[in-house]
Amino acid sequence: MAPLGLAERAKDGRGGLLLMRLEGLLRWGRSNSLWPMTFGLACCALEMMATQASRFDMARFGSEVFRPSPRQADLMIVAGTVCKRMAPRIKTLYEQMADPKYVIAMGACAINGGPYQKSYSVVKGVDLLIPVDVYVPGCPPTPEALIAGLIKLQEKIRGEGARS
Amino acid sequence: MAQVQGHEALGELSRRFAGAIEEAGSLKDKPFLRLRQEALLPLCQAAKELGFDHLACLTAVDYPQHGYFEVIYNLYSYAARAHLVLKVRCPREAPLLPSVAGVWKAALFLEREAYDLMGIRFVGHPDLKRILLPEPWSGHPLRKDYDMAQEQFVSKGPQGEDLVSFDQTRGW
Amino acid sequence: MSYLPTNGERADEGQLIALNMGPQHPSTHGVLRLKLLLDGEIVRQVEPVIGQLHRGFEKLAELGRYPQFIMICNRADYVSTFAYEAAYVRAVEELLGLEPPPRAQFIRTICLELDRIQSHLLWLGTFGLDLGALNAFWYGFRERELLLGLFQELTGARLHHNYFRFGGVKLDLPQGFTERVQSACNELERKVDEYEEFLATSDTFLMRTKGVGVLTKGMAVDWGVTGPNARASGLDFDLRRDEPYFAYPGLSFAVPVRTEGDCYARFAVRLEEIRQSVRMVRQLLRELPEGPIIAQGWEKRAAHLLAKPEGEHYTRIEGPRGEIGIYLVGDGTPSPYRVKLRSPCFQHLAVMAELFRGQLLADLVAINGSFDLVMGCVDR
Repeated sequence: MAPLGLAERAKDGRGGLLLMRLEGLLRWGRSNSLWPMTFGLACCALEMMATQASRFDMARFGSEVFRPSPRQADLMIVAGTVCKRMAPRIKTLYEQMADPKYVIAMGACAINGGPYQKSYSVVKGVDLLIPVDVYVPGCPPTPEALIAGLIKLQEKIRGEGARS
Repeated sequence: MAQVQGHEALGELSRRFAGAIEEAGSLKDKPFLRLRQEALLPLCQAAKELGFDHLACLTAVDYPQHGYFEVIYNLYSYAARAHLVLKVRCPREAPLLPSVAGVWKAALFLEREAYDLMGIRFVGHPDLKRILLPEPWSGHPLRKDYDMAQEQFVSKGPQGEDLVSFDQTRGW
Repeated sequence: MSYLPTNGERADEGQLIALNMGPQHPSTHGVLRLKLLLDGEIVRQVEPVIGQLHRGFEKLAELGRYPQFIMICNRADYVSTFAYEAAYVRAVEELLGLEPPPRAQFIRTICLELDRIQSHLLWLGTFGLDLGALNAFWYGFRERELLLGLFQELTGARLHHNYFRFGGVKLDLPQGFTERVQSACNELERKVDEYEEFLATSDTFLMRTKGVGVLTKGMAVDWGVTGPNARASGLDFDLRRDEPYFAYPGLSFAVPVRTEGDCYARFAVRLEEIRQSVRMVRQLLRELPEGPIIAQGWEKRAAHLLAKPEGEHYTRIEGPRGEIGIYLVGDGTPSPYRVKLRSPCFQHLAVMAELFRGQLLADLVAINGSFDLVMGCVDR
């Protein structure tokens, strides 16, 4: 829905002005307090931990609260290879997360299977199971790349930039 | 426990199991013996008594052109600092071998892995089931004739168990 | 701790609770799933369920050519990525009868030792985290970044290096690299003392590690436990000293051995290994020879793609977690006939399930952490 102009909302006269601004405020708040789930699958998990740890310090972007429980998290960083045996469990974890929820596919494996594309036991991309908001390429992506992905997601949540 | 030097132990084993050894030689610097199936368990027990206490590696190789699997046991003796490689062949149509899990506990997981990926049945193993792949998976991927084009998909049953299907819409 | 039932006592007769730990759990270090049967706080039965990260490395090896598997097999143990790479490259070289030049041997050994340090630092961080010492995590990762920066400079990648080649290494050391490694070594030596001070003097840490999860020497040998975990149980064996390879024969270093076999011993052995590795890196830098970095005739990519080793062989090296073995069968074609990755973690997991029995649930986390499992290495 396209945001109404100030003049149109004033004409409307039903308090739309306040509502729209509140939504903006919510989005702004939501984008700056993403709670990722502690969910490492493979190699990329190390870079996810490094992003959170001393040098890169994800807390600068409002995302330091890694939650082990999906019920308390609103961002799933799929960090690593999605194997067939794990796939149904990832789906369950995603379903357990409360709305609104977002997914970052981190690394080549989560995007399309990466180096294991020919393997018999690897799912060719986590987007076959759950909707993905931001893809971060790399094998594994550097912490800088993951932070760039996080900022992209924040822009998306705030409604800036390209939206699908 | 009687512990002798590597080559002495090897000599001792070759003497005691002379009738069961089909081939003897060396793989690079490690001596190897190829045995008949029925001698595997007694020879392993004797080897352990002679000091080969570390089962470093257990693996299987598929030779469809010859119609057999070769199972390879890499043993090591910490006391004598000596290696010994044992090889056994079993036919592809009936891949049965005695389990050595009673000799070395390390074989418990290794034999399950060899069963899972290569389909060799170890008779006498206390809990022989798949370890890396889901239980209902069909085929053994490391066999040379495993069909890689036929993809299998996994989903989760009501009790949390793994279900496997060839139908793409019923799993991932 | 009187409110907890002691070993052997039953909190509530006949009331066993089934509990699933993982595959998504902060202290299983990856996608390990443990099916537990609990009697109050006491673990009665454990069944590890693995395979959630089974990526089919051994089949992938057969599908590609020899050099292509270097890039895949270093992803098996993603915490110490040089280790599998070194084992595989060594296995192929031994089948080919190829001897890398001395400088390449030294560079490889430097890489492996720095890699061991960063792997142990990561372990220290996560082990501390498991036991509630969050500062260990921050410190461990701080110093690890130091080493990852060096790796990035040398190989171009922080984690998956793909740096070793058949007959040598890909690139020579960059300018000023040895000095930067030196200063990193100085830094590390100081920091290791710091870690020891703040962890080994913490009562909480000692209470949770001393006497917990005792692995006896006999059990360690029987279950195929290797590396620091076996050395913490009194098995005086280190492939770097007892079957030396690369540049290890000329190095002088001590092999730390403890006899207690508990979580604290495993911690102490690893901490001492960091010190010894620093010592080794110093020696290697001092004695680093000049010369080519790759064997004659192997500089070109085509030579690697056309490598056709023949025969079969088991090669093992000492990885940060234990014996990493490669059973390689070559049939004279450009792709491997069979590659078996012998993973140390796979064996450790088997014995851990034994150790968990009869322990408190909270100690299970400590034992699991102290064994330094990497699920990629378990599942392959």
